Amino acid sequence: MLLNNRIFEHYSKDMTISDVIEVMHFTYPRLVVKVNGRLIQKWEYNSTILNENDDVKIHHLLAGG
Amino acid sequence: MDLQEIKKGRKLLNEYKYEKKNLYRGYTDKTLHINISNNEIIEKDVPQEMKDKFLGGKGYGMRYLWDAVTPETKWDSEENEIIVAVGPVGGITQYPGSGKSLVCTISPMTDIPIDSNVGGYFGPYLKFSGFDALEIQGKADRDVIIIIDGKEKTVRIEEAPLEAVDGHVLGEQLTNMYANTESEKRLVSVITAGTAAEHTRIGILNFTFYDLRRKTARMKQAGRGGIGTVFRNKKIKAVVVIAEEVKGDLNNAFDQSIINEMGIKLHREVAHNDHLQNNMRKIGTAHIIEIMDAYDLLPVHNFQYGSHPDTKKIESKVFIRDYCTQNMPDGCWYGCSVACSKAADNFELKTGPYKGHKVVVDGPEYENAAGVGANCGIFDPHAVLELNFYCDTYGIDTISYGTLTAFAMECYERGIINKEITGGLDLKFGNADASLELIHQMAKGEGFGLIAGQGVHRMKKLFVEKYGADAAFLEDIGAEQKGLEYSQYMSKESLAQQGGYGLTNKGPQHDEAWLIFMDMINNQIPTFENKAEALHYFPMFRTWFGLLGLCKLPWNDIVPANNSETEEPAKIQEHVDNYHKLYYGITGTKIDSAEMIRQSERVYNFQRIFNIRMGKGLRKNDKTPYRTMGPVTKEEYLSRESNYEKQMNELGFDLSGKSVEEKIAMLRKHRENQYEQLTDAVYKRRGWTMNGVPTPEKLRDLGMDLPELLEVIKPYL
Repeated sequence: MLLNNRIFEHYSKDMTISDVIEVMHFTYPRLVVKVNGRLIQKWEYNSTILNENDDVKIHHLLAGG
Repeated sequence: MDLQEIKKGRKLLNEYKYEKKNLYRGYTDKTLHINISNNEIIEKDVPQEMKDKFLGGKGYGMRYLWDAVTPETKWDSEENEIIVAVGPVGGITQYPGSGKSLVCTISPMTDIPIDSNVGGYFGPYLKFSGFDALEIQGKADRDVIIIIDGKEKTVRIEEAPLEAVDGHVLGEQLTNMYANTESEKRLVSVITAGTAAEHTRIGILNFTFYDLRRKTARMKQAGRGGIGTVFRNKKIKAVVVIAEEVKGDLNNAFDQSIINEMGIKLHREVAHNDHLQNNMRKIGTAHIIEIMDAYDLLPVHNFQYGSHPDTKKIESKVFIRDYCTQNMPDGCWYGCSVACSKAADNFELKTGPYKGHKVVVDGPEYENAAGVGANCGIFDPHAVLELNFYCDTYGIDTISYGTLTAFAMECYERGIINKEITGGLDLKFGNADASLELIHQMAKGEGFGLIAGQGVHRMKKLFVEKYGADAAFLEDIGAEQKGLEYSQYMSKESLAQQGGYGLTNKGPQHDEAWLIFMDMINNQIPTFENKAEALHYFPMFRTWFGLLGLCKLPWNDIVPANNSETEEPAKIQEHVDNYHKLYYGITGTKIDSAEMIRQSERVYNFQRIFNIRMGKGLRKNDKTPYRTMGPVTKEEYLSRESNYEKQMNELGFDLSGKSVEEKIAMLRKHRENQYEQLTDAVYKRRGWTMNGVPTPEKLRDLGMDLPELLEVIKPYL
């Protein structure tokens, strides 16, 4: 599985978006999540199960500065 | 002291009466020029060409400053100016974040132009009193106050020997002096500095805004680059503006209904989304303290590390719970529903000349907490707020103060300086008492405070020349570039953010390009060309706010609910479209994103050439200290050892049998090379030579092939 165009080393079968966020310690609340180009809404994070070949993007829209 | 007594000390030096010109489509087309050497006060017309090319705000500031100085001008030269200017959108009350002033001068930190943006009421009130910009030139013999009275249509210069100097006292004194009633206090705004601005190079300007609920004159800061030092060197105690009135239509816009519509739309967004997004209304920018820590980006111990177990003691919820008053309309200009100017009320000071006083602390903002807190290893929220307060009232920059104190602390811990040199200050990381003593020394102009107040650049030189420190090591660990201290983000693991700091005009301040997450976490800009595009677009886009009189925060600290569904969420295109409409609503001229960027490019390239004219602005000036690019010391390397080794393995480096020192050297060679390649790509994208000089073709394309610019760049082509 790719996470933000990098190989995701912590992938395991039946992993969900919520699991990835937890593993990666992505604590920031404003995330834009896409799986294979499809936008995933926050309420779908627990139910979206990821496959080994998925292209996952979890982008932080952190404003900063 | 009684106000009447203070007034008795005043001596009128000059008074000028003027006819107030009403605004038309956001402009008065008048500038007020005051020379305090000879007390001359004149009005200047703003030519159409200047409006077309420089727009307003920082654009006006840079143009006037260029005309005032020569390549030989220093920060304390008589001809150096302080220019305060608003842009055409500045002063509207419908759209959040529309009250910013831009201040420009030749900086005592960098010896090149500095620009700093600031909230508070002064800028809009200056415009409502008849002037798009204020230029102050010259140096007074004795302390003076300038009063711009928009009610009486007079400008006065008065000797002012008895007033206080510290910002919170003087702001209050002058607000009370020039208002007859409580509600009239809202119509007074004051620029002050503070006592430490007299003894250091990191002076700020405080701009007041009267808080009716708290019944006090609060302050926002033009913080970067030592403008307050120039202010006090000119012997200006304060500049006061008194507005006749504040109404929503004073800009005499081309089409007020467009502005109203955009404002209502954004107010709704703020009301519906802020609590789901950044909590700006609860705690302002301090909401990212714990986020930065969680992502290893919070500077700790002079930018050595990116997180600390004690950050929880200064995270935003501590300030929300224990210090900052909630549910207050904390906008620093009318109509700003983002309301991020939080304050701690009834805060009892434990040290210094105001010990025991209960004061209002304007803050903390993220930069305060990260700078005077984490970067110095101080995780005591009360100490953070007390340092925040004293930085403001003494008139010094919290960002520079945090970074230079962290540098001094590291030098102390490594034995480069000792108690003999610090005059007994035990400058260990985490010693809040020592930091507070240091800041009081700066205000009194004594002890190690005098040395530290010169900034990191000059401390490095002194420690090498006087105390035999290792010059190369200090170059590595001193977080400054062009003479300005870094602001409070760790850029080590983001090449794009290294460029966001290093490839700037004024020095390493994050307000041009803040790309850490886009680059490091999101991996959205993996190639040099991708990074270069971001390091072109974002600095130009953000420059535009400073031309118009706008705050950056309502652009991306609140976003439309469906922003994530757009093609480029990072740009927040719906808000960009709002700005196009606001500009049209005010001026009657339609622009699109391309023209918006070109408007900024004109001023940005002008400023770059201004730097070259003053002796900086070339490639060699854009190099950055290695502490901001990678691990300088063994401890830093070991704190992220697995990450560094993974990176080097992926790059195909043979690490077998290599010592930590050898690995650090290999990584350094790689990263420095990456930065050079990034510099090439950015210069190319910006239309500059590989030495960082804007080309005549680029200037022609922008309509900026002005003879004075072509003359400066000619020797470098």
